[in-house]
Amino acid sequence: MTKLTIDGREVEVPPNTTVLQAAEELGIEIPHFCYHERLEIAGNCRMCLVEQEKVPKPIASCAQPVAEGMVIHTQSERARKARHGVMEFLLINHPLDCPICDQGGECDLQDQAMAYGFDRSRYREAKRAVKEKNFGPLVATQMTRCIHCTRCVRFLDEVAGVPELGMVNRGEDSEITNFIERALTSELSANIVDLCPVGALTSKPYEFIARPWELRKTESVDVLDAVGSNIRIDARDAAVLRVLPRLNEEINEEWISDKTRFAIDGLKRNRLDRPYVRRDGKLQEVDWHEAFAVIAERRGAIPGGRIAAIAGDLADCEAMLALKELMKALGSSNLDCRQDGAAADPAIRASYIFNSGIAGIEQADACLLIATNLRVEAPIINARMRKRWLAGRFKVGAIGPALNLTYPVERLQFSEAAAFLGGARRPMVILGQGALRRRDGAAILAAARKLAETCGAVREDWNGFNVLQLAASRVGGLDLGFVPGPGGRDTAGILAGCAAGEIDLLYLLGADELEMSVLGHAFVIYQGHHGDAGARRADVILPGAAYTEKDATYVNTEGRVQLGRRATFPPGDAREDWAIIRALSQALGKTLPYNSLRDVRAALIRANPVFAHIDERVPATWGAFGAEGAIDAVPFVYPIADFYRTDPISRASPTMAACVAAIEAKTAAERKVA
Amino acid sequence: MLADKDRIFTNLYGQYDWTLKGARARGDWDGTKELILKGRDHLVTEVKNSGLRGRGGAGFPTGLKWSFMPKQSDRPCYLIINADESEPGTCKDRDIIRNDPHKLVEGCLLAAAAMGASVGYIYIRGEFYNEAVNLQAAIDEAYKAGLIGKNACGSGYDFELHLHRGAGAYICGEEMGLLESLEGKPGKPRLKPPFPAGVGLYGCPSTVNNVETLAVVPTILRRGASWFAGIGRPKNEGTKVFCISGHVNQPCNVEEAMGIPLKELIEKYAGGVRGGWDNLLAVIPGGASMPVLPKSICDTVLMDFDALRDAKSGMGTAAVVVMDRSTDIIKAFARIAKFYKHESCGQCTPCREGTGWLWRVLERMATGEAEVAEIDMLLDVTTQIEGHTICAFGEAAAWPVQGLIRHFRPDIERRIADHRARAQMAAE
Repeated sequence: MTKLTIDGREVEVPPNTTVLQAAEELGIEIPHFCYHERLEIAGNCRMCLVEQEKVPKPIASCAQPVAEGMVIHTQSERARKARHGVMEFLLINHPLDCPICDQGGECDLQDQAMAYGFDRSRYREAKRAVKEKNFGPLVATQMTRCIHCTRCVRFLDEVAGVPELGMVNRGEDSEITNFIERALTSELSANIVDLCPVGALTSKPYEFIARPWELRKTESVDVLDAVGSNIRIDARDAAVLRVLPRLNEEINEEWISDKTRFAIDGLKRNRLDRPYVRRDGKLQEVDWHEAFAVIAERRGAIPGGRIAAIAGDLADCEAMLALKELMKALGSSNLDCRQDGAAADPAIRASYIFNSGIAGIEQADACLLIATNLRVEAPIINARMRKRWLAGRFKVGAIGPALNLTYPVERLQFSEAAAFLGGARRPMVILGQGALRRRDGAAILAAARKLAETCGAVREDWNGFNVLQLAASRVGGLDLGFVPGPGGRDTAGILAGCAAGEIDLLYLLGADELEMSVLGHAFVIYQGHHGDAGARRADVILPGAAYTEKDATYVNTEGRVQLGRRATFPPGDAREDWAIIRALSQALGKTLPYNSLRDVRAALIRANPVFAHIDERVPATWGAFGAEGAIDAVPFVYPIADFYRTDPISRASPTMAACVAAIEAKTAAERKVA
Repeated sequence: MLADKDRIFTNLYGQYDWTLKGARARGDWDGTKELILKGRDHLVTEVKNSGLRGRGGAGFPTGLKWSFMPKQSDRPCYLIINADESEPGTCKDRDIIRNDPHKLVEGCLLAAAAMGASVGYIYIRGEFYNEAVNLQAAIDEAYKAGLIGKNACGSGYDFELHLHRGAGAYICGEEMGLLESLEGKPGKPRLKPPFPAGVGLYGCPSTVNNVETLAVVPTILRRGASWFAGIGRPKNEGTKVFCISGHVNQPCNVEEAMGIPLKELIEKYAGGVRGGWDNLLAVIPGGASMPVLPKSICDTVLMDFDALRDAKSGMGTAAVVVMDRSTDIIKAFARIAKFYKHESCGQCTPCREGTGWLWRVLERMATGEAEVAEIDMLLDVTTQIEGHTICAFGEAAAWPVQGLIRHFRPDIERRIADHRARAQMAAE
């Protein structure tokens, strides 16, 4: 430990700490722009200058390592004068256009100018103007405002691994640009908007929409992949206006993917806001009573064995529990939360979660990816993998088609996997849905388990067997046992039953990723929030709430139970999903025993004690899972072809569509050049 | 005055053969093996005792700098030779490389041996094409003669020497900018700490030395530290190549003892100021980045690190830029400010934003289109740049302006007043 004195107070910190970090320990805030704790130190803004005794020049506290006996003054006349000077330089060429700048109200430069700025300018010369750049459909640029802190450059270089930004020219003509002005090809690109300390990079879809002080801020979780990124939903009136990342070291650190951030404009389009009933082949608006009456009439005396339910990828745990209990009351054991039919052993939790945890990646020293393209399936997890790779002594192998994960990956055959992981101290296997979805998924699951066991990936102190889920509902559904009961049908069985006329009534809880054309004459109830594939096929539509519109529980791929919170109310007549099922149960004469969210949550904990551990990762016990069997020689296929459109919300989002178009245009242009 | 027998650069003017044959005739590469075999510690101590200070501008004691290199290292150690001579007014390294390249090559070998460096990189300014050709030829000759390379000079020491041509950016002569450029990146100086002796080129221990510094090392080692230390004044020992340019009758490079009076230097070697000493207006004693000195100081000032520092200027690269009374001193410094504005790398705020500001205000002052109050503002702006930047470029840009205001404030005020009067007359 190193002892130093800052502003007359002594502090002891580890030797590799910087002066700025040591000051933070003491609660002393040193202003800065370029420094960011998750990026390499650049030391170029010079805002963090402080005075060190016996040193002639002020030092950049962000870059200066602490030394024994150092005496630092952060508020001395010299330190303040130095910062005043830097602030003046930053402002001379910065447009004073705060009233029309989107960063207004949450701008570091604005805030610090309050402390260190002058009330008038001594600069009489013409100000610099810089041409806008094209960073694609997500990031708007006003480069005249740029203060050259290079946070965006460093983020894309280091975290995203897509070195597409850089500084060109010299001196006062320096500009940040992507040189070939096309969209940034990173799934994490919009994090540079959060990183930009000024209004040079702002969110394009949110441009000129709102001021930060107008927004209601709700802390919630994302459901557009299974990572469960922690987010803050900013809403005004009935509209969700933007999504920002929320710090969670265990999951997303402080990044979110572009889909998490920008698919929200899909919440305003194609919404189901009224119940509908299909009459004479056409959907007609009805009220809730009528919708329930139609369902009750249709259900009539259909025996439980001819009723089935499938939960979709965005379903919350409360709704799945309610639906499961309703199905039980109706005498049906035909239910499944796996639209894709992926293999998993619901009895053994370790078979379907990311056992090491996302943060656990940082402890691994070798990782084998099986049929997973992390970069599009879980960009946040891929960023963690890259972080681990940057730290050194980490090798990654992959079984599947060629990949560009932003770090080197050795392509392997399954037979080479054991040798690849052998010798690693903390080996890790990440098993993707590309493998589990196949017919031989259960056999691959068993083979991967055995591989993990033989390579020492499963030990007392380490479990490196990880399944990467893609659906936010999946782990929760499996935890609740939203799977076929004894003699019940799974997704494939249900679909076959519908086609063969053996299932008369099918309840789709937000299930849109099914082949609807094979449902035959089954009576389909679709409960969900978007007019997507399920709603188009439905005979009755019950309008539910999207993830921003309900207090709901989700379990991420690590098996971490997290709470999503309501930021706005569902549109029109739409309701929270568990409440719809509760109301329907009454109409069907099978009233479920809960009247409040609290009751449902209590029932959740009864169904699986895991639900009592909010925000925690509960270690799963190991067991023998998977099924013996032959593995097909057919090569793996990655499950997600289009990162930007994976679910009803992102498919309805114009911004996501613009991303696809921009990436396509870029690829086409590059091909032309090549 | 320096006696001819004490001159190190005996072919500074290129009247003799610059190749290995000529160099050997002048005593280079004589007993190099024995010098190496005396060992690292001996070499470093000798250079320390000689009082040699870095000739690139900052004047840091060379022996001390060498002693920072790790005694034992599991990574390779590098010697970097800064031949990116870009300071306006400076042309000493150029003539050394052009006419006496073997002095440098031998100096590289000895310095490398003193620091345990196995590889040396000479980073030469891109514009120095002919010099690079000569230097490469000298390196090739040395390789061929077994003077460098494996078992250099038969000493058992292995030393590889590479020549790398820069692309002509001033900032690439700053040691950290040079390392970046050498690694193939834009020449934007790195933060210190870590210092190059710990983390330098490619993350390995490195030392960056100026051409002249290394070129004098073989002679110092051959003739002994006490010989070198006996020349000049205490703490400012040895000989130095001065570059005299500007309004003199015979601009020249000359090797002289440190501490020679400026007046003597100009009168004796450069044929005096154009129009006589009384026609002198000012002198920049150490290259464009050093503060200017008015005639009153030039009359008596001595040319070494400490004397010039006491005169609130600096020795810099010892590039003496002489300006006679025909000079528009404000315009001259506006031009210097434009140079620094143009060469700023743009990485850190004070220099990126401040250099352009200085230049623009000075341009206005040169025509008189300014306020008297702006003189103090300009001075304040220079203090906001100076010392607040990543590298010493901030000082380089600020000091000339400070020197101008320190000594020529009445001229600026007069210029502004004249402009006012003219404008008023025109208005009437």
